[in-house]
Amino acid sequence: MTVRLLVPSALRGFTDGKAELRLEGATVAEVLEGFVSAHPDAKNHMFDEKGALREFINVFAGEDNIRDVGGLETPLKDGETVMIVPAIAGGRDDGLARGRAGGRN
Amino acid sequence: MLALSPVLRDFIRSEAEKDYPGECCGLILGTVSTTPEKGNPLRFAKTGLRIAPVRNARVGEDKRRRFSIEPRDFMRAEKEGAALGLEVVGIYHSHPDHPAIPSPRDLERALPFYSYAIVSVAGKKAAEFTNWILMDDRSAFEPEPLEFKEP
Repeated sequence: MTVRLLVPSALRGFTDGKAELRLEGATVAEVLEGFVSAHPDAKNHMFDEKGALREFINVFAGEDNIRDVGGLETPLKDGETVMIVPAIAGGRDDGLARGRAGGRN
Repeated sequence: MLALSPVLRDFIRSEAEKDYPGECCGLILGTVSTTPEKGNPLRFAKTGLRIAPVRNARVGEDKRRRFSIEPRDFMRAEKEGAALGLEVVGIYHSHPDHPAIPSPRDLERALPFYSYAIVSVAGKKAAEFTNWILMDDRSAFEPEPLEFKEP
């Protein structure tokens, strides 16, 4: 079945600027697999080294966050809308580490 | 590159002061150049035209050193921007009593393309305002040029 995948602006650099794609898949996993197969450079931002969906990537199937329903195996209906939604987070945290940022502007 | 008007810069600074000693956060909505910068499809000239403050979903003491934006809040702001022909071009947050430098936690959860603006707040007063972008290999942030100018 064919679903609409809505891509956030952060990942549109991998889709030639397209905000919406039409992909085949019976589950969210199949649709995301189709997405990263077609746009392999996006994979590192979607999935971690173990192949799990990154914690800060949420996927909605219709109105449902898939983490609240069937996860990546959430079944999809023909014509359904799947949306990738970043879960933005961060902060100064413990204040001890600065990462590898190279300086200030 | 991110361009922000002085008015929007000052609004973000005031949000950072208002939420002190907690971290403030929000989205920068704006427009994007039609062609990438330096041929890199993840780098564009972005102009912030609207600020969408978002509730920091962290609670209590945790709010002093972390922020998070609920996906539904993100979706709401994104939808509001889209209705105006704008897209999410960046994220801002504050670092109370801490330099405006991305933390490892900022890095872990960062996405490409977005500008990450950070305001340090020292003793209730907004101080340094910096701007960063994720390197393509996710290994680090690097400074992204920031201009305060009228659109």
